[in-house]
Amino acid sequence: MKDVKSQASKVAVAGKPGRLNSEIQSRIGHQLRAMYDDVVRQGVPDRFAELIKKLDAPGATGDTAKNDGRD
Amino acid sequence: MPLTDSLRDDILASVPSLRAFAISLSGNGDRADDLVQETLLRALANIDSFQPGSNLPAWLFTILRNLFRSDYRKRRREVEDADGNYAKTLKTQPAQSAHLEFEEFRVALDKLPQDQREALILVGASGFSYEDAAAICGCAVGTIKSRVNRARSKLSALLYVDGADDFGPDDTVRAVIGGSGG
Repeated sequence: MKDVKSQASKVAVAGKPGRLNSEIQSRIGHQLRAMYDDVVRQGVPDRFAELIKKLDAPGATGDTAKNDGRD
Repeated sequence: MPLTDSLRDDILASVPSLRAFAISLSGNGDRADDLVQETLLRALANIDSFQPGSNLPAWLFTILRNLFRSDYRKRRREVEDADGNYAKTLKTQPAQSAHLEFEEFRVALDKLPQDQREALILVGASGFSYEDAAAICGCAVGTIKSRVNRARSKLSALLYVDGADDFGPDDTVRAVIGGSGG
């Protein structure tokens, strides 16, 4: 928390009101991707691998998936 | 097209980014995984309507986004305690010191209007082109560009003191939140 604020203050000194500071923008882009990639790196949880595998069985796709939302 | 092995593998390969998108939208890990599951079921049930050779991730993201939208409207009344739920979500994340900055970022992201948040995530994190993002959100390319720009401005105002020397960061953030409303 402290780090964020001290970095933020430094950026602010360089920034100008009403204009998007490019350093701030690259920081936002970096944080956005870091947050997102954090989840992407977790890979495919078992529940989804199993779900797709189950639906792969012949005839299963129609029976199971098409009922989704109606039960 | 029919569900071939390679299409099934491609769908599976999209799951990690679908989850990341769902978590970014909903701010809630459990809810996000439910959304991904509904998305997969919906996609598989409607696989015949997928055009071979078109953008599979974009198709899946569109389904997830639409599910989130319709579900969000339904749940809106139930989720009055958004801040409390959000705090719980944060605690489920690994509490590494490097993640403190993430947490502050996520809180700020959560304060953006939904339109702006999803546009920023699709373009800035998922790596979709403006055109793909526009197709996913069902709006014009120019609308996506303007939402992304507004999202970036608002985030920088929420997270960083943007030339406002008279205010400490907390006061500025409060002023921006209070004044923007969404």
